[in-house]
Amino acid sequence: MRLELSAEQRAARAEFRAFAAAEIAPHAGGWDREEAIPREIIGRLRDLGYLGSNVSPDFGGPGRDMITYGLLTEEIAKGCSSVRSLLTVHDMVAHAVQRWGSREQKERYLPSLARGEILGALALSEPNAGSDAKSIETTAADAADAWVLDGRKKWTTFGQIADLFLVFAKVGEQSAAFLVERQTPGVTVRPLRGILGTRASMLAEIELQGCRVPKGNLVGRVGFGISHVAAAALEQGRYSIAWGSVGIAQACLDACRTYAAERRQFGTPLADHQLIRRMLTDMIVDVRAARLLCLRAGWLRESGDPGAFMETMAAKYFASRLATRAAGDAVQLHGANGCSDDYPVGRYLRDAKVMEIIEGSTQIQQITLPQFEFQEF
Amino acid sequence: MDQMQGKIKEFLSRFFKGHDLQPDEDIFALGFVNSLLAMQLVAFVEKEFGVAVADEDLDLDNFRSIGAIAGFVERKTGAAAEAASA
Repeated sequence: MRLELSAEQRAARAEFRAFAAAEIAPHAGGWDREEAIPREIIGRLRDLGYLGSNVSPDFGGPGRDMITYGLLTEEIAKGCSSVRSLLTVHDMVAHAVQRWGSREQKERYLPSLARGEILGALALSEPNAGSDAKSIETTAADAADAWVLDGRKKWTTFGQIADLFLVFAKVGEQSAAFLVERQTPGVTVRPLRGILGTRASMLAEIELQGCRVPKGNLVGRVGFGISHVAAAALEQGRYSIAWGSVGIAQACLDACRTYAAERRQFGTPLADHQLIRRMLTDMIVDVRAARLLCLRAGWLRESGDPGAFMETMAAKYFASRLATRAAGDAVQLHGANGCSDDYPVGRYLRDAKVMEIIEGSTQIQQITLPQFEFQEF
Repeated sequence: MDQMQGKIKEFLSRFFKGHDLQPDEDIFALGFVNSLLAMQLVAFVEKEFGVAVADEDLDLDNFRSIGAIAGFVERKTGAAAEAASA
């Protein structure tokens, strides 16, 4: 077993890293304060082919392998978790369509998603339905020539600007997934502001009132909306969040390394203080461990191994908790400066906490991961 | 029980500990079928037997029992072979 990236993967990572360092990281604090990312940066992501990474070349996508996709996510997240959020949700929609969409849906939407001409957003959560996705209250009624959707979605990442929503609804007692274009009559988008972290992710509440969508926009079949379509999207999302968490933790380590070397107290750099070194040691080792879990999940996903589900969840669980821990230590190490907008570590802490909540909370994974363990042994 | 059914049984038995799953036994009626099993089952079928499970295949009857899954795989591989020779 050789644990190393290919030459192509190393070259891709260098490209991602250079882009994020030059065009994302310097602006992330400002975007966080403005609670929005500019159209120009989305255009750059589109031009560089960073949206729709996993879409097959058959549908006009770059067809990046899972490891390269992970490296992209980590590097973008190191610069700005909100920009990473865009990649995450957009790719969740593209992945779900590619996995369970009809031939017509794939031909109609995947090329545009892959080129970033349209942005996708996942509309699953509701005011009364978070971790308990099966309790969604949005309904879809069969009106012979169309599906009629009614309900309210909340916390829809990049809902403010997305062009295509993957909406989950109940058909009677069964779940189903629908592709809903933004301009469909009956769709109302309300921005959500004042979010704790990933603050520039342009969250929105989506109201659907008598929203008629074509029969052909049902993804998969009725009864399989949560168990298969949402599950596929969330699996992709967890993988992205795992790598994004590694990106945050690595950014914390980078910031702390620089600060500890430059900041002097008691006549010596912070880096010479043993308790500071202990914090750095935990970050150094934990970031490596989290990245290895992500790589393992990526290799299994790439080969279509059923074990990828558990390994992806384990990677997300470990990496998101690490990100929160590392960001907490980073703020602590920076002292009063860490509590200031002059340094990015406060933003990292706010962003990291979100990672423990989205795409399966830490507690849901504490319930689920042992199930995998019991099934294996 | 043929080799294919044996592999399916071996995979499913992980989810039904202590139960000797029979070829025509309805796994949905037994309970314990959740989205984790559902997605792993799709991945298992695709990886183990080299078939692609598509949107039109989302039918519980294709996955209801060891025998149903084996029948589904046989239909998919038969259809693929037919398309290749056409």
